[in-house]
Amino acid sequence: MTSAQIEVLLQTLISGILLGGLYALIGLGMTLIMGVMKIINLAHGELMMVAMYIAYWMFVLFHVDPYLSVFIAAPVMFFLGVMIQKFLINPVLRVESILPENQVILTVGIGMVLSNLATMFFTSDYRSTPVGYATDALYLSDYWKSSPIELSLSVPWSVSFVFAVIITIALWFFLSKTDTGKSIRATAQDPEAALLMGVNIKLMRVITFGLGSGLVGAAGCLLLPIYYLFPALGGQFTLIAFVITILGRLGSAMGAIIGGLVLGVFESLTATYIGMGWAPVGRFVMFIACLVFLPGGVASLLRKKRFGA
Amino acid sequence: MLEIRGIDVSYGDTQVIRDLSLEVRKGEVVALIGANGAGKSTTLKTISGLLRARKGEILFEGTPVHKAEAYKLIGMGLSLCPEARRLFVEMTVDENLDMGSLKGEAKRQRQRTKEAVFGLFPRLKERRRQIAGTLSGGEQQMAAIGRGLMSLPKLLMFDEPSLGLAPILVREIFDIIKKIREDGTTVLIVEQNVKQSLAAADRAYVLETGRLVMQGTGEALLSNEHVRTAYLGV
Ligand SMILES: Nc1ncnc2c1ncn2[C@@H]1O[C@H](COP(=O)(O)OP(=O)(O)OP(=O)(O)O)[C@@H](O)[C@H]1O
Ligand SMILES: [Mg+2]
Repeated sequence: MTSAQIEVLLQTLISGILLGGLYALIGLGMTLIMGVMKIINLAHGELMMVAMYIAYWMFVLFHVDPYLSVFIAAPVMFFLGVMIQKFLINPVLRVESILPENQVILTVGIGMVLSNLATMFFTSDYRSTPVGYATDALYLSDYWKSSPIELSLSVPWSVSFVFAVIITIALWFFLSKTDTGKSIRATAQDPEAALLMGVNIKLMRVITFGLGSGLVGAAGCLLLPIYYLFPALGGQFTLIAFVITILGRLGSAMGAIIGGLVLGVFESLTATYIGMGWAPVGRFVMFIACLVFLPGGVASLLRKKRFGA
Repeated sequence: MLEIRGIDVSYGDTQVIRDLSLEVRKGEVVALIGANGAGKSTTLKTISGLLRARKGEILFEGTPVHKAEAYKLIGMGLSLCPEARRLFVEMTVDENLDMGSLKGEAKRQRQRTKEAVFGLFPRLKERRRQIAGTLSGGEQQMAAIGRGLMSLPKLLMFDEPSLGLAPILVREIFDIIKKIREDGTTVLIVEQNVKQSLAAADRAYVLETGRLVMQGTGEALLSNEHVRTAYLGV
């Protein structure tokens, strides 16, 4: 390899890891909901889209930086998730339905409603958020004059990545160190035993859906400075979260983090070595491969019980 | 302490428990014995609120609990070590013990109770950071009993604590139950191991296909002809 080739490869890996960190955060929310509720939340990407519009308007109307909007959009999304779980999903869970997948279909419906509402209110225009630091970057040669290769690090991508890492660590802390977090994991592993321990499992499910929505809401804010926004963007991110959830062996948080990083790097490699437009194709190939090689097929997703830390 | 008055329990259309009444007094060890499928586990699950009785009532310290939400009972002092242990298999031993003490006084006393549990089961202390699913069967049973004790229960119910354990461990489990009782906890135990549980119990009830067919002191039942032929094989 020539040094130019090494430079391209390293640069690609760096972008892949930065992207993967955000993907991991998006996947974590779905994974959490999956682990505790045994349902695949197919409105996940649409929830993120809603959070992005919140952050977008906060920026345009009140000049609130998208990174600050994490603290606004995530709680709002938490609340929205709680409402969705309480008033839409729970009633369907209660009904002994003909189709056990009813809740999943319901989440598809919720996603459609959200993206249609967004189109109605905000039109289907593509928007980008003109933050001042959008194109700022750090260069290796500024820090190491005699460096044989040149690498750059985008400021917004790096800041978003750091935020994603911090949120992930906070989530880990919550799930492993607090009683509520342990109760959520216990509910995922064995709801009946959790009940015996005094866990209000219905409440845990509500909190979990809120938490999953809040996490993807935070991810949306982090994505805003580096991505364009339009009402239909949810679908592709639902797919991304789904792939990560499968890659991460379903329901394991550590799995989701690794799954996110793998997917980010894979997409980045596809974009560099095959072509910019091919990243979504690479993602789709990975999605199909997951489904084909997943032991037990998609149905095992719904049956899978466990959820680690 | 616990009073069950004429309960019927069904799974769908299949009635499993018929007009069952029994009583556990403060400080007692009471055994509920019966063949496979007699309805012992069903009875304990109904007491714990996991199943609902169609008819009849259940009083715990005089308070009706047959309509209470299952998650509220442990806070009242009613705790079940369920059949097959049901540990949280992806959590550590420590975390499983924490899960036993989520409420009120039990939570405040968590560290102290944990030390007491480690006193009973030194093996658990060595393995406290180990994932529960990787413990041996005997260690898992110790963890399950420990988790039950963490709630500082007034009444601790065991569903087949000796299942699948080597004879020496079975004896150890019964010794522990004796200690638990000496510490002032009332015990209701369901067992296949009829001989040992009758020996350990003050009183016992015999359940056959969902009906109570006999009751008496552990000693009386041990020497009863029917019990001897049906359950002790002598
Ligand atoms: N979830 C269920 N749905 C339908 N029937 C059930 C269910 N659980 C138990 N039963 C039936 O209820 C009856 C009593 O079961 P239970 O588990 O209470 O018996 P048990 O006395 O605990 O038996 P064992 O000693 O084998 O544990 C059995 O005939 C069993 O098949
Ligand atoms: Mg049983």
